[in-house]
Amino acid sequence: MAGLLGIILQRLLLGIATLFAVSIIIFVAVNALPGDFAQSILGQGATPEAVEAIRNQLGLNESPPTRYFKWLLGAVQGDLGIPMSQALFQSFTGSSTGGDVVTVFDQIIPRLKNTMFLAGVSAAISVPLAVTLGILTALFRNTAFDKAMNVSTLSAISSPEFFLAYILILFLAVLNPVFPSLSNIFPGMEFGDRLNKTMLPALTLTLAVTAQMMRMTRAAIINLLASPYIEMARLKGLSPMRVIVKHALPNALAPIITVVALNLAYLVTGVVVVEVVFVYPGIGQLFVDSVKIRDIPVVQACCLIFAAVYILLNLTADVLSIISNPRLRHPK
Amino acid sequence: MSDLLLKIRGLKIEGRSDETWNPIINGIDVDLKKGEVLGMIGESGAGKSTVGLAAMGYTRDGVRISEGSVEFDGVDLVKASASVKRSLLGKRIAYVAQSAAASFNPAHKLIDQHTEGPVQHGVSSRAESEIDGIELYRRLRLPSPEEIGFRYPHQVSGGQLQRAMTAMAMACRPDLIIFDEPTTALDVTTQIEVLASIRDIVEQFDTAAIYITHDLAVVAQMADRIKVLLKGDEVEEADTRTMLTAPTEDYTKSLWAVRSFERPAKPAINVNATPVVSVRNVTAAYGTVDVLHDVSFDIHAGRTVAVVGESGSGKSTAARCITGLLPPRIGHIEFDGQQLPLSYKQRDKSQLRQAQMIYQMADTALNPRKSIGETIGRPVEFYMGLKGREKRKRVEELLAEIELEPTEYFNRLPSELSGGQKQRIGIARALAAEPQFIICDEVTSALDQLVAEGILRLLAKLQDELGLSYMFITHDLATVRSIADEVVVMKDGDVVEQGPKKEMFKPPHHAYTDLLLSSVPEMDPDWLTNLLQERGVDNIGDAAVDKM
Amino acid sequence: MNALVWILGGLLVILAIAWVFRFATQKATDNKPYFRDMPLSVAFGYVFAAAALLLSIWYFFQPKAVDGIPSAGVIFFRWAIIGLLGFAAAAWVFRTVFRNVGSENSKKLFRSMPLTAAFGVMIIIVYAIVSIFAGLIAPYGQEEILGAANVVAGGDPAIGGNPEYPLGTDQIGRDILSRLIYGAQNTVGIAFITTCLAFILGGTLGFLAAVLGGWLDQLLSRMVDALMAIPSLIFSLLLMTIATAWAGSEAWLVTIYMIFIIAVIDSTRVFRLSRAVGQSIVVMDYIEAAKLRGEGMGYLIFREILPNALAPLLAEFGLRFCFVFLTIASLSFLGVGIQPPKADWGTMVRDLSPFINYASFAPNAAVTPLLAAGAIALLTVAVNFVVDWMLHKSSGLKE
Repeated sequence: MAGLLGIILQRLLLGIATLFAVSIIIFVAVNALPGDFAQSILGQGATPEAVEAIRNQLGLNESPPTRYFKWLLGAVQGDLGIPMSQALFQSFTGSSTGGDVVTVFDQIIPRLKNTMFLAGVSAAISVPLAVTLGILTALFRNTAFDKAMNVSTLSAISSPEFFLAYILILFLAVLNPVFPSLSNIFPGMEFGDRLNKTMLPALTLTLAVTAQMMRMTRAAIINLLASPYIEMARLKGLSPMRVIVKHALPNALAPIITVVALNLAYLVTGVVVVEVVFVYPGIGQLFVDSVKIRDIPVVQACCLIFAAVYILLNLTADVLSIISNPRLRHPK
Repeated sequence: MSDLLLKIRGLKIEGRSDETWNPIINGIDVDLKKGEVLGMIGESGAGKSTVGLAAMGYTRDGVRISEGSVEFDGVDLVKASASVKRSLLGKRIAYVAQSAAASFNPAHKLIDQHTEGPVQHGVSSRAESEIDGIELYRRLRLPSPEEIGFRYPHQVSGGQLQRAMTAMAMACRPDLIIFDEPTTALDVTTQIEVLASIRDIVEQFDTAAIYITHDLAVVAQMADRIKVLLKGDEVEEADTRTMLTAPTEDYTKSLWAVRSFERPAKPAINVNATPVVSVRNVTAAYGTVDVLHDVSFDIHAGRTVAVVGESGSGKSTAARCITGLLPPRIGHIEFDGQQLPLSYKQRDKSQLRQAQMIYQMADTALNPRKSIGETIGRPVEFYMGLKGREKRKRVEELLAEIELEPTEYFNRLPSELSGGQKQRIGIARALAAEPQFIICDEVTSALDQLVAEGILRLLAKLQDELGLSYMFITHDLATVRSIADEVVVMKDGDVVEQGPKKEMFKPPHHAYTDLLLSSVPEMDPDWLTNLLQERGVDNIGDAAVDKM
Repeated sequence: MNALVWILGGLLVILAIAWVFRFATQKATDNKPYFRDMPLSVAFGYVFAAAALLLSIWYFFQPKAVDGIPSAGVIFFRWAIIGLLGFAAAAWVFRTVFRNVGSENSKKLFRSMPLTAAFGVMIIIVYAIVSIFAGLIAPYGQEEILGAANVVAGGDPAIGGNPEYPLGTDQIGRDILSRLIYGAQNTVGIAFITTCLAFILGGTLGFLAAVLGGWLDQLLSRMVDALMAIPSLIFSLLLMTIATAWAGSEAWLVTIYMIFIIAVIDSTRVFRLSRAVGQSIVVMDYIEAAKLRGEGMGYLIFREILPNALAPLLAEFGLRFCFVFLTIASLSFLGVGIQPPKADWGTMVRDLSPFINYASFAPNAAVTPLLAAGAIALLTVAVNFVVDWMLHKSSGLKE
């Protein structure tokens, strides 16, 4: 077991190192903004005092490494700074820090929860669906069913999320009003109502993700079914059900887990466009809005969170597939 | 009911490629009595494995039985329903695959896979079959039979896995077992013990078997009767002794004759002559692990030195040291008395030119995107500076030298050649550099016997004509016997013994050489029996290696 | 809840019919092996497919309007089916023509081509022609503001169309057909350039890493690992924030920056692949033979490795193109990609999207945002079909 723990520990450290590297990349990228961005935010007509106030507010007078470590230290403690809009507001009213400040953290957390809910609903639909369809297409490969699924999944993968979204809106919101096309979610909503309003974005994500996940599951299973030990199991006269359950599935678990985790990581990206289409109050929409008004602290924070989730999911895939490998679980 | 256990009549099998069905087997009959062992031999592509599987009523994906019947104990497996077949498979007909490592499910312990058959077929309870499994492991002479079954497949060695798979096939005491090349992937010393235990257990339980292999000497030990296949057709069938002593068909005769090719011995080496290549006290490592320890040997002009050993003995590493791909940690290589730079990167063009290499897998040794003319032409241009018409002329000469029609092959791609032809192109590319010395790395081990013999004869001819020196890396002692002048025996990175071939094949030799030599199957059907008597039951294979 | 009961009930009925179907065929064919060994799931599949087909045909022939009100569902369904069959027929004709016209090699190629791949090739050719000759094909300019705004597609004056603008006009009166055609030039062209850049950058570095190995490989690989740990759309959005700040009021600069940003981000994926492909080739004996011959790096890369890497790289080029194309479309859709007034499909979808709410009473008006989105989807589907076929072919029909 020591070997296995060692490998997992190694992966965890690697994950943390990657996250660290990512934080540097994000910081450097943001600092590549031209000139004095306090100036560029306020425009040419701003008074030097206002510019100076912003600079202090954002800590722009310190050296880049100092600022980086302050930011990183803050981020680890959940302090992601204050949004530019707040800083601007304060610089105009002249009030210093304190009072009713909405920090980036406050802004992000409720939205992150919403996004998690959306991703959770999509995953809850897409994972069982994709795995089932993947196994079915692998078992009935090269049949008409398989070919039809191949064409439809390829089409789904190829379509931009907003295309899928508008098709769903067209059929499930406008022509047949089953679900609302705008997802105005707010805190304290009832679960059923919330689910109803989340359904269309969730279905869009499901369509996008299921196709990919299904194809990968299919490939993994086909690969597995071609292995000699499956042939051996058949030649032992076992029932097809037993061959699948007892011989294929234990070995299929690792690839399927990897596929699922990788595609959940993909959800992180997909969520941005989908949230914008359905005006879903999640972190993706916040991110896009902040990008448009160049609210750097928020952009930075969102980016870090997206990357962290992405890395975490990839790491989970890695660790789970290590654990499910009998060779590593039972060393010589 | 007749005493025939298996009766195959007019079996035709087709395989699918490019959306059409092409014949693989063109009508084969098989008769097998209870307790009889039929050996089925043939080269690759003869369809022997396909017939073996068809005898179980099973075909792989993309293969189908188009005609004929496979009657097992009165049931036609071609027409039988899936559930009828399932009730026979594993219970009355069992299968032992070529690669035991791949055929055991990595997720379950050996004993769990062993007991699965009997329990599912309702032959015995889990507890009973577990006890029986341990008993079978003991009979198959597996070490510590009580606990080996509770390991996972990757925790057990290849030879042991092969025996565990035989035990698994025996679990329901079937009437028929299909052995599909069960020892092909094993080293010779391991092979012996698997052969011996398979033969014993089949005899003990009076099980009928079809034993599929490409190795004549192996099949001679195992089978009562032998059937020879060629490209989906039966060539002939006879009982083992008749087949070995008096084959009737030309094809069978030519197969038998391969084993008799041997070059005449050359005069003794002049001890004062400078060797072409001299390996001096070489120790080499991959990372921090030494894989060669203080290895020294000489290769003289016009001579063939065979470096022999099982997998992992360091014979290929020695070649990598000579070519400079793996610079030795200690020691050096001399060429014509001159010390060579350790890494190939520091050697100049003429030093590189003098030592050429021919590879085991002709498929990976030729760039699939380059025509034969380009492949051979490159060293001609690179080393000799020939261009245009002169280059073409030289390439055509080389093609003629390796006995391929120049104009026909010049523009072909490697994918349009057979395995033996590809290997010839590899030889021509080495010759194009006009070297003094060629390393042949297992050049015949991927080829069928007849083709391999052609390659060996060609190499011998070239040596006589051009005075080449060869370093011949091989694990096959039959090859050594036919082509070598000197032999170097290696084991675990050490040179165990070296000397002229004559002396090496004569006792007394080092214990390992002895084991290696005696483990090579011979065509005599009594060879295995005699050998086992000689060695004593406890002293074969792994056990013998461990004692050294 | 009610709907759920209906669906479950329907499935049960189908299952029952499937059992009867299998039983009947077994009796009728005297237990032919195919029917004898047929699992119930397969029978279920047949019956289900047959039921779906019948339902579709029935729905297709429902009236287009009830009491003067258009039944939009039927209309959209008909468009979808007609579109699907139309494309299939066109692809079939295209394939049949090229099976009989052209060189021996191309004929052979088309003979082994499935319909999906033929469809893909056809669409790619059409898009290439449209994007190259956009200026000649388009009836109006892309930025040209014409007389009438909000003209409905279809050209039927009775419902607010105008035959001069077959696909109608947008909110400020630009011809949608022309903008779609110019969109091909802008969106496809920019995606193509970006992909090429990504390949030049990622491919070169990937092969170098594979051939040289050692610290360079380590360094590049770790850098790529770090860059790939940020989801690409997120990373591009972040960098686009900065790019827009740099570009200031010069809208065209944003596009240039975008090309470089996406190319760099995408080159990490190309790097991974070409490194892997390169490594699988580098271990081949013929590379060792070339090294031992004393060949230089240039010969190794260009004469020995590259010719063997072309097939997988070409397939990857198709996939990466789709990916880049979708990223650009998404960025434009989000408003930070290709900048107006240049016509671009992503931006068009966003601008025209409000029309979709008119679907139930004016299907012709609602179709325009879907046309732009469909134009994007069509090309990526086409490329994916071709790549899928190529990969299937090069895998040697293993299945």
